Amino acid sequence: MTRPRLTWAFLLLPLPVAFAALMVGRYPIAPGEVFAALTGGEVAEIVRQLILRIRLPRIGAAALVGANLAVAGAVYQGVFRNPLVEGRLLGVSSGAGLGAALALLLYPQPGVIQALAFAGGVVGVGLTALLGWAFGAGVLVLVIAGVLVDSFLSAVLGIVKYTADPLGTLPAITYWLLGGLGSVRVHDLLPLGLASGVGLTFFLLARWRLNLLTLADQEGEALGVRVRPMRFLVVGMGTLLVASAVSVSGMVGWVGLLVPHAARAAVGPDYARLLPAAAGLGAALVVVLDTMARTLLTAEIPLGVLTGLLGAPLFLVLFLRFLRERGGWR
Amino acid sequence: MRLWAEGLAYAYVPGRPVLQGVSLEIRSGETVFLLGPNGSGKTTFLDCLGGLRAPQKGAVSLDDRPLAAFSPRQRARAVGYVPQFHEPPFNFTAWEVVLMGRAPYVRLLSQPSANDRRAADEALGELGLDGFRSRPYYTLSGGERRLVLVARGLAQGAAFLLLDEPDAHLDPANQHRVLQATGELVRGGLGVAVTSHSPNNALLYADRVALFAHGQILTQGDPHDVVSPGPLERAYGIPFVVVGDGAGPRAVLPALT
Repeated sequence: MTRPRLTWAFLLLPLPVAFAALMVGRYPIAPGEVFAALTGGEVAEIVRQLILRIRLPRIGAAALVGANLAVAGAVYQGVFRNPLVEGRLLGVSSGAGLGAALALLLYPQPGVIQALAFAGGVVGVGLTALLGWAFGAGVLVLVIAGVLVDSFLSAVLGIVKYTADPLGTLPAITYWLLGGLGSVRVHDLLPLGLASGVGLTFFLLARWRLNLLTLADQEGEALGVRVRPMRFLVVGMGTLLVASAVSVSGMVGWVGLLVPHAARAAVGPDYARLLPAAAGLGAALVVVLDTMARTLLTAEIPLGVLTGLLGAPLFLVLFLRFLRERGGWR
Repeated sequence: MRLWAEGLAYAYVPGRPVLQGVSLEIRSGETVFLLGPNGSGKTTFLDCLGGLRAPQKGAVSLDDRPLAAFSPRQRARAVGYVPQFHEPPFNFTAWEVVLMGRAPYVRLLSQPSANDRRAADEALGELGLDGFRSRPYYTLSGGERRLVLVARGLAQGAAFLLLDEPDAHLDPANQHRVLQATGELVRGGLGVAVTSHSPNNALLYADRVALFAHGQILTQGDPHDVVSPGPLERAYGIPFVVVGDGAGPRAVLPALT
């Protein structure tokens, strides 16, 4: 297949995958019934409820989480000119974890957890951006600031965990951090959908100019790019995507790192094709993984654990390929 | 058209100026070589000329308009910059690299138009790179990479092109290919400024030469006058001899003592 065709194939991949995922579960549903439930046709009420209220929101959330993490990862790899980073680089996940833990400790309501996790993620990246801006907004400075903020917020999260009730709150925090979409309901989709809509639309429209951020600062400026404002805008939009995803799913690793590389291998590094391909592939992958998480065992497998189990070996393959391509580590 | 600098001063560290009152003019249809020892201010001057660095004193103007008054996009449409190195983190194709030269014409939320794509094709064609269209940048040789970057500058549609040491790290044949290609563009009306460590390339390819030393232009003018033992010794601090004085090719070499 040519690269443009492959890009379209990846972009549309989530549709058949999501349809298949709607059929699968402890209560298998035939394709015809799924179709009828989706289109308002003749079908048993319990099937309609199961499809529209339970499986569809969860699959929709999985698709958005996957697309958000993959797109943010692809973008950050370019902005930070480093193929080994992902969207959680700048302190978004430790911030979100801290926000969620505080909510679980003080006011454990689903909406509050999601809101505080989102706010925590934004605050984490905000701190990183402030530090980075104060020291000149260079790429390296931002990465170092991200590491600093990340370890500081992780330490604060440690304090929260230490003071949490070991029989009630502490397990809740731990499960949240493991990641999962088991508790997603229809109303959780609205904030995630809004944030994803804004962020994904922005990146899909601005996708070609993302190429310009992979250039050295001076090269970009010579081409008329306002490099620093553009970098902060892109990091801001990336934060919107990652924070909204993490606030719903908890910690889901590896997707933001691996999917962009898989997409790049298929359609090339040009963001004009890479970004749609990564979005589709990320959405399809997380739908598949989340379907496995809810069906493989009688008990739910934490999604973050599943991505890690799959991600580490995949990463090894990727890393070896990278070494071979570049003819060695440098 | 003319791109001209007047009285440029710049210091990275206060009290240690790398440029002190440099004035120079580049006109359309000429190649100006900037020679001078390491640290004499050539590259800083080139950055100021391209609007990538704001001089602390003096100003750069394009015809009668100060470059500082241009928006980054307007400036990039007028003055192109060809860096010495380009190390993308991913393996873009030559064509994708050249297309990036169209950045000043593509709005934030839109994609390159058919027109932009055509400009990238034409720039590759003009430098004889048609066969390299879909070659990954990292599989190109040093000389081919430099030509791709020149093509990117050309796709920018700028009237002036500034090249930072385009002959560095290249074998003689590739140095010739790159500088001959820019020479062709100059005959087509482009104005070009080149920093270089090769006085002999200046003799071969320059219309005018400016010799830098200690943040000032020691002397500027015809290559034969500037690239000669007297000025070179004052700039570089070692004696030089001319080989092949008279008709035919000419070269300068360090004098063996």
